[in-house]
This record gives sequence, C-alpha cells and structure tokens, in this order.
Amino acid sequence: MNSGFIIQTHDLRKTYRVGKVDVPALRGVDLCVKPGEFLAIVGPSGSGKSTLFHIIGGLTPPTSGEVQVAGQNLASLTDAGRTSLRKRTVGFVFQKFNLLPNLTARDNIAVARYIGGTGSASEPQFEEVLRVLGIDQRLDHKPSALSGGEQQRIAIARAIVNHPAILLADEPTGNLDTENSKAVLEILRDLNQRLGQTILMITHNPEAAAFANQIIHMRDGRIIEKV
Amino acid sequence: MTTKLVFENLKHKPMRSLLSFLLIGVPVTLILTLVGLAHGMLEDSQNRARGVGADVVVRGASTTSVVNLGPPAVSEGYVKFLSTEVPHVTMAMGVINHLVDFPVVMTGINPEQFDRMSGGFEYVVGHQLSGPDDILVDRLYAAQKKLWVGQTFSLMNHTWHVVGIIEGGKLARIVVQATTLQQLDSIVNKVSQIWLKLDNPANDDAVVKDIESRTNLKVNTMEEFTALWNVNNIRGVSEFIYVIMGIGVVIGFAVVCLSMYMSVLQRTREIGILKSLGASKSFILRIILAEAVVLAFGGTVIGILMSYGAWWLIRTFVPASLPMIIMYAWWPIAGGVTLVGALLGALYPGLSAARHDPIEALAYE
Repeated sequence: MNSGFIIQTHDLRKTYRVGKVDVPALRGVDLCVKPGEFLAIVGPSGSGKSTLFHIIGGLTPPTSGEVQVAGQNLASLTDAGRTSLRKRTVGFVFQKFNLLPNLTARDNIAVARYIGGTGSASEPQFEEVLRVLGIDQRLDHKPSALSGGEQQRIAIARAIVNHPAILLADEPTGNLDTENSKAVLEILRDLNQRLGQTILMITHNPEAAAFANQIIHMRDGRIIEKV
Repeated sequence: MTTKLVFENLKHKPMRSLLSFLLIGVPVTLILTLVGLAHGMLEDSQNRARGVGADVVVRGASTTSVVNLGPPAVSEGYVKFLSTEVPHVTMAMGVINHLVDFPVVMTGINPEQFDRMSGGFEYVVGHQLSGPDDILVDRLYAAQKKLWVGQTFSLMNHTWHVVGIIEGGKLARIVVQATTLQQLDSIVNKVSQIWLKLDNPANDDAVVKDIESRTNLKVNTMEEFTALWNVNNIRGVSEFIYVIMGIGVVIGFAVVCLSMYMSVLQRTREIGILKSLGASKSFILRIILAEAVVLAFGGTVIGILMSYGAWWLIRTFVPASLPMIIMYAWWPIAGGVTLVGALLGALYPGLSAARHDPIEALAYE
C-alpha cells in the first residue's frame, strides 16, 4: 500500500453477527486519505459510515480487507495493538460529547493525557489551543455545568491533547444548536488549517460536510461518491 | 490520576459508597468485637486469678481445660492435707465454682480464709459475708443487674441477701459462702479448686513437683495457671475466631462484588469512554481494584469505629457478662481480611469491565 496516505483501506469489509444472521456493514471500501486532509463522510443511517469510523479508530477489527492507519496494519493488530492506536494515533469526538461526568473539564483532558502517557503538565501550546477553543475559563467545571457547545469543545481539546495523527469526529454537531454547531465546525476547520490536523468527520448535515475539503458519500456499506 | 478517578467515582454516588463502607465495616466490627470479647474475658479471668494472692493452684485430675466449670472434683480432704503435709504451704483454700450465666461464675469461699490469703475484698459499699444467705457482687455485676446493698434477690432458686458490693479483680464476680453453695449443689466434701499460699513464692516449682509426686491432682504455679488463660488453650475459641474471619471474607466479598458490579453497570458508558481514549484492560481493572481497596480501607475504619460503639454498648449494658477490650493488634488483621474479601469481590466486576467491547459500552444508555 502507498505510504503517502495516513489512512488507506482496500476492499474493507465488516460483517456483524446479529443473533444467527450475518449483517454486512461494510462491503468493500477503498479509501485513501492524505495527511492534513479534512474529510467528511456522509450517508444515511446504516450506510456503514460509523463502522468505517470504528475500524479506522481501532474500536473494532475488520472482518476482511486491508486497512492501514498511520503506517499500522489494523487487520493484523491485536486488541492491545488497537488500544495503543487509540492512545496515541487517533482522537475521538462523539455526538454525545462523552465526557466523564464525575470529572471537571480539566480532569477530563488530564485523563486523556495520562492514558496517552504524555505527562501530566500542560504544554503552553495546548494552553493556547484551549484559549482558541474558548474554554480556558471553564476548565474547573464538571460537564453538567457546561453548555453543549462547551462540552463539545472540551471533547475536542481532549481528543487532540496527545497530538493524534487523526481526529475522528462522529456527528460532532448532532446535539448542538446552529450557533454552537458553526462554532465547533469552525474550530475543526481551524485545527485542520492551522495545525494540519487530519480530520475525518461523519455527518448527516450537508452544511457541516461543506466545511471539509472532501466529501465522501456512502450507501449500503460502500463509497458511492467522492466530491 | 487513578486515585482521582477512584475518589471522584466514590463521591459521584455517595449513598452507594456510604452503604458499601458500612456493610464492609460489619465483618470488621464482628471480628474486632468477638476477638475483643474473647481476649477481654480471658484477661479478666487472669486478673481475678492473680487477685486471689495464691502462689499455686490445684485442680482435679480429670480437668481438661483451664475453664473449670464442671462439678467440683477435688476431695475437700486435700485442703487439710496440702496445708499440713506439704512443705512451704502456709495456707490452703478450697473454693467451689458454679456457672451462673456464662461467663459469670458464682464462687463459694470461706470468708475468713479468703481474707487472710488475698488481703480481703475492696468494698465499694458493705462488708464481708457473715450469714449463709449473704452474697457479694462486684461493681460491674451490680450495675448490670441493678443490685444494691440490703437488697434480696433470687438466684439458683435461692434468695440471697446482698451484703456488699466489691471492686472486681479478685476471684469472682459473685461470691457466697462455700458451705451454702455446697448445699445448693448437693456437693459433699468436694471443691473445684484449691489455692495455696506459700512461705516464699520462689518455692512454687518445688511445691508443684512435690504435690504431683504424691497425688494425681493437676497442679500449676500461678504463672503457669494464668498463662493457660489463652485463646489457644480454650477449646473452640480459636476455631470460632477463624470461622468469624471466614465470614468476614465472605461478607466483604459479597458486598464489594455486588457494589462493584452495580458500579460497573452504571459506568459502562464511562468505561467505553476510557477505552476510546486508549485505556487498556489492565488500566480499567486497576481502577476497579483500586476502588475496592478504598472501599476496604474505608470499611475497615468504619468497622473499627463501630467496634468502639459495640464496646460502649457492652460496657453500658452487660459490663460483667462480657468484658470486652479493644484489640489494636487485630486492626490490621481485620483490615487484611476485609481487603482480601474486597479484592476477590472486585475481581469479577473488574474483569467484566475490562472485557467490555468499547463500541457497545459507548452505546450504553
């Protein structure tokens, strides 16, 4: 496979077993993403975009096919290898923010740093990122005291604190109002343009997808269009 | 960070945490209270034996335990024999024991002999036995049974007249005339024990050997006799303590297992979040086990505090029946028992959490 791509899949397939029935979620996906790209994946529910996201993020192994992420062949990775990939190579942003409710925003970020093994001290550069995200004054609050927009910005900060090669955002604006959605999307674009952060974003929203450099349409477990 | 996660988790569900602490504390309290009672009762018996002022103790040949509560088995004739025929013995006093209400024993004495051997009781109020129905009770028994001097009360189907309340620490908590007790128990010419006073305590070994060579009685120096009041020498006590410790492990296991299992279920999504951040199985397991350690430690502290509560209750309501002491040396043992139970209990929920599929965990509502 071409080493110039940060993500590369070939004939990627994933079949889930539901009861006694095999349900194909991906039916041969070929995808190449260069470092620094901002890619939006759109498609209806059940099109396989979340499954693709989970495989690239190392949350689940593929059933067959090839998938390389940052030079690692995920098809041959063990559970421990995928854990290591999640720790250092990819960062996740979820629709439901998925912050740990017991911890303050600061500690949510610190947990990611601790698990990633990047030390406990905050870097000056990251402090600047927090200011850009507009959350530097909200770090000592727990998620329940933060607005949806603030929680998602904390989640973005947490996702990038260990400098992952790839940021995977699954419907990052799905639970936000228009104003906060725009703010989050601008942050993602800013991260991509200023820091060269590679971003894969799943979305239903065409307006959100428009923030990306490239849009991939999926249906029935296949990529049907690249724009 | 592990510590922070553990403490924030415990703080997040304060009622669950508090109940876990309390429930884990129960076996700690149970262990400390029962061990404290066992040691307290034995120490109390040692002190009362020493308080008699004797140098040698003679018991029946068939006596198998230091706790001699069977029918008197030593012929009363030995009292005279020992005091007149054995060199160095200056005085011999036969006493009769009768178990009133475990572990409280009524002891029958010859008041004049007892006063000579021990220097007499220390009276809070009242005086020595004079009539056949007179009875002395110690301060704790009087408090427990609400007795006072001048009162009459029934015990062993006999009406007694309280003539004195004594400080504890000498022979028994309830003291009556030996002859009266012999009549009540239909004992003829028998005593439970004979206490010997020597001309010089240094002769005790020689006296013991001498009596052993001439009789088949069981003879001990006072030092040997008090050393017999030991948990390991009282049949069944050690086993009883081991059973209680086993129950402690089981309760600790069950409480922590249930608590952690509920906690893991409630935090399935959080476990998914940690896994999405790259947390390994060992990291997840470590958090669960660390929480169990904190629960065990907190439970031990609560258990120790509750054992002081039990101590206070016992001292207040049954001070004579159950002399309990606080056994500091058993704190780490009780803590260790709890820790073992807690770690075993946390293992299954911890492994279950560590094995959670991250996608399913993240989708958990």
